[in-house]
Amino acid sequence: MLRMPRFELLEPTTLEAALSALAERPEKSMVIAGGTDLLPNLKHELFTPERVVSLARIASLRSVRELDQGWLSLGAMLKLEEIAAHETLRRRYPALAQAASLVAGPQLRTMGTLGGNVLLDTRCQWYNQTYFWRQALGFCLKKDGTLCHVVEGGSKCVAAASNDTAPALMTLGAELVIVGPAGQRVVRIDDFWLADGAANKKLDPGEILVEIRLPPTTPGHRGAYGKLRMRDSIDFPLLSVAARVDLDSSGKVSHADLVIGALQARPVRIKKLDSVLAGVQTGGDAWKTAVSQAAELAYRQCHPMPNVPGDHEWRREMVPVYVRHTLESAVRGDGPVHGL
Amino acid sequence: MSAREIHGIGAPFGPAQPGAPENREFALIGKPTAKIDGLAKATGALQYADDIQLPGMLHAKTLRSPHAHARIRSIDVSAALALPGVHAVISGRDLPERYGVIPWTQDETALAVDKVRFIGDPVAAVAAVDEDTANQALRLIKVEYEPLYAYFDPRESLVRHDPVIHEDKKDGNISKHVELVFGDVEGELKASDLVVEDDYTFHGTTHAAIEPHCAVATQAADGLLTVWSSTQITHYVHRALAKVLGLDPARIRVVQPALGGAFGGKSDPFSLEFCVAKLAMITGRPVKMLWTREEVFYAHRGRHPMQLHYRTGVTKDGRIRAVDARILIDGGSYSSFGLVTTYYSGQLLTGPYDFPTYRFHSTRVFTNKPPCGPKRGHGSVQPRFAFEVQLDEVAERLGLDPIELRRRNFQGGHTRTVNGQRITSNGFLKCLEEVERASGWQQRRGKLGRGRGLGIAGSMYISGTNYPVYPNEMPQAGIQIAAERSGRVTVFTGGNDIGQGSNSMVAYIVAEELGLDLAQVRVVAADTDLCPVDLGAYSSRVTFMVGNAAIDAARKLRALIVEAVAAEWKVEQARVRLINGRVIDMQDSARSISSAQALQITEARHDTLGSTGSYNTPKLGGDYRGGTIGASPAYSFTAHVVEVQVCEETGRIRVERCWIAHDCGRALNPMIVAGQMEGSAYMGIAEALLEEHGVNRFGLHAGPSLLDYRIPTAIDTPELAARIVESLDPEGPYGAKEAGEGPLHPSIPAISNAVFDAVGIRLRHLPFTPGKVLEQLRTARAMTQGKQSGQVSRC
Repeated sequence: MLRMPRFELLEPTTLEAALSALAERPEKSMVIAGGTDLLPNLKHELFTPERVVSLARIASLRSVRELDQGWLSLGAMLKLEEIAAHETLRRRYPALAQAASLVAGPQLRTMGTLGGNVLLDTRCQWYNQTYFWRQALGFCLKKDGTLCHVVEGGSKCVAAASNDTAPALMTLGAELVIVGPAGQRVVRIDDFWLADGAANKKLDPGEILVEIRLPPTTPGHRGAYGKLRMRDSIDFPLLSVAARVDLDSSGKVSHADLVIGALQARPVRIKKLDSVLAGVQTGGDAWKTAVSQAAELAYRQCHPMPNVPGDHEWRREMVPVYVRHTLESAVRGDGPVHGL
Repeated sequence: MSAREIHGIGAPFGPAQPGAPENREFALIGKPTAKIDGLAKATGALQYADDIQLPGMLHAKTLRSPHAHARIRSIDVSAALALPGVHAVISGRDLPERYGVIPWTQDETALAVDKVRFIGDPVAAVAAVDEDTANQALRLIKVEYEPLYAYFDPRESLVRHDPVIHEDKKDGNISKHVELVFGDVEGELKASDLVVEDDYTFHGTTHAAIEPHCAVATQAADGLLTVWSSTQITHYVHRALAKVLGLDPARIRVVQPALGGAFGGKSDPFSLEFCVAKLAMITGRPVKMLWTREEVFYAHRGRHPMQLHYRTGVTKDGRIRAVDARILIDGGSYSSFGLVTTYYSGQLLTGPYDFPTYRFHSTRVFTNKPPCGPKRGHGSVQPRFAFEVQLDEVAERLGLDPIELRRRNFQGGHTRTVNGQRITSNGFLKCLEEVERASGWQQRRGKLGRGRGLGIAGSMYISGTNYPVYPNEMPQAGIQIAAERSGRVTVFTGGNDIGQGSNSMVAYIVAEELGLDLAQVRVVAADTDLCPVDLGAYSSRVTFMVGNAAIDAARKLRALIVEAVAAEWKVEQARVRLINGRVIDMQDSARSISSAQALQITEARHDTLGSTGSYNTPKLGGDYRGGTIGASPAYSFTAHVVEVQVCEETGRIRVERCWIAHDCGRALNPMIVAGQMEGSAYMGIAEALLEEHGVNRFGLHAGPSLLDYRIPTAIDTPELAARIVESLDPEGPYGAKEAGEGPLHPSIPAISNAVFDAVGIRLRHLPFTPGKVLEQLRTARAMTQGKQSGQVSRC
């Protein structure tokens, strides 16, 4: 078995204590939530913190709260399984509940948290390997090296955002509540990402993601999540699609959104989607045509690279297929889409 | 061998009843019975190698090569040795003696001497107070390498020999070449009404047993060395340790603890066994080494990638006239079992169909990749895949039902193959019939709508071979039994139970023969100090050979018991029956004693009770060089029908169901046999659709983890329906043949054939990835444009 490197583990019971534990040596400390991403990464020596601060004993981070004006607050430490099974979420934010239900396998979903999934490290076949393996490679740009191997001789890290919940949260217009030494800040999840696989999140050392806030949805809100993977469990996405379709009272699309994951460093929003979907009456031939146009739009805008394991050309071919199925599934209300 | 001749195929008492479905005469055999170690496994009580903790035990780790091919200029271990907590550091020069499971091709050393041949090749080993210290010490070892040109493409190794991977090989980078010709192949091909010719590819796959390799060694003050290892070949490890360490084998004890799966991946002696032994000898302390999952992927010995070319000539009514094969085998960096693999790639194809003429031309080459070896269905899964897909195409071109084509070419039982192998019982026709009926073949094939299809494939496999890995005249399998007055009977077997249930099998047989309750029987296995030699768990030999040896030993002891009890009761011996923990008088139901009492009577009349038994194969095989490789005392036969759903949007193949009919001679325990059949089919389906063992452009393993090497989970596994066929082999124990490897073979070609039925494309190149399926569908559509409606099966 790979050995777990040594570190000091602190388990504070209040957020304040956690923040001060981090504040002592922010650059050499890390936060652990469920640990399903961090622990294997520590064993691979992708991170070498001296101190790890657990959020597991902070009860306030596990609540679901209704806020003013129909907003909903989700504690960052809610388990993915809790998100997947939550009745309100399944009804009001189906894409999120569905995305959470497809993360890894059942055991990992009972440990993994929503906040942890949002903050998941980017993934790449040249990076998520042991120290020995990476050393034999001569390392890579994201960790200890100078070259990216995804494209031979590459000089930009293109490790992929592989967090299932992030694309869904983006379609929902989620906001992230982050606390740090300077107090609390709220950031739109769309503005949270950087286009750099080596560091794709605007989160400073010493900061903690404590809450995910969701704006209200209308009764006409429809959403779904689609995930491409080889096995029907465990695997990270080879491609993921979060779809949002808001319908007006007559069944016409008032707003639509598509965010694609597992392509590059940040989830990718499909541009000009409203130009093909807005105003279209769902269910008929026009809807079918519009969905095909949306799929074509996504195909043109998405270019999977050989960053995550798997045939990237096939992943690209699957973009329109998964977009079409996920959009249709959103309107029908029968997601998630996977294992096609 | 006398043992076999006196056994017959029946129960120990009463007449043999070939074909008797209810096996009335058996008490235990043929009945679903829990494995004797099942509870201990389920509760976690069983001890695996890594469970062993000895006082003062050190932990060892291996330094591995980061280069695919390089000369070692120097190794400096001084800094590692100086690290507090480090007790010893060894490198290639400390263990320079070569070994290899096949005596003619010993090209491995425990740690690299002068050269490394793949990324992951062991270079040095450290023993320290704990794993972390050992790991830390590894990083202090300075190795200077001179990188050499590395080979990753077997086609290149065929023609380029500079630099050579193994300096002393006379054929450059060619590991083994075999060409065997049986009859006038060219003439028959010319005379054939139809010749189908094509190329096929088998990618590499590995075993992925859940337990990683682990070994523990300790040397007693008197010099006796004990090594516990997660091996499936205790005996060969014993021999290899003696050779490499230069010790008298009588001063070495090798023990196999409970094993968490092997599938052929633990049938070579491995670096860690020598390293822990040497480190224990140097430090005077017990030493353990547990490999990481990554290291298991480097140790590999999995299925060889093969590039295969087949030509099959048939008459217009579908009779095979000639088969011609040309196979390039990618061996990776060492020989391992490669000599045998090369023979097996041709020798094991000559059934269940009659080949009037046959030629194969197989070449194994070295490349700078993890070494390949035997994986479940060693050497024959790849050619079987190619040939069964080709056979399906023959049926298509002739307009014949693929099952009918296979029936027409059935070789029959009690016959001889074109390459001189003796076939005894052969239940292949029955296998075909079972899967044909169970799958609704006649009503359903070709009628399931576009996207859904059925495919068939058949196969045969060995029940051990008469070729011991090193030539000798001694038995292949031995058994000793000790019995005493409490009623306890202990059976000592060298056989390796690797999860297939061979210890249970031995217990069933001895309990059956001696009329004991299963709880009275203990099995002591795979301990070279305590047990007679068995060659190990490979080539599906254990049930056949150890089973026969167990019958042999048990019948000798039974004869003593019957004689003693008959004398005590003053009745004829025929009246004494041993059954269900009792000994009864068949003519006087009032007279009945416990088996413990019977053992007491026997012990009083004879002496301390014990017996031995053994098995050796009869003389088998063709009279030519290599003719004994693949010569088995009995062959198993299998047929699968697979039902697939192909999504033409995604290219994804879903195996919905798999019907597996397997002729295992007699199912000694149908529950375990069915488990082996299902497990085999699962593994084959996984190889076809998900698993791929390969290296990237740097020669680095593409993903040495169970995240990236995707073995199917429970929900990725189709419905598997096992249908046992019993042909009652004349020489197997109670008629039994193998069941652990044969049932893997047909699943892979059956999937390809089912995909043809579903969407009309022939998949000839493994793995059957969705990308390849889409590509072929596009090509097929382009070729038939305008002719078809353009209907596409949606997901």
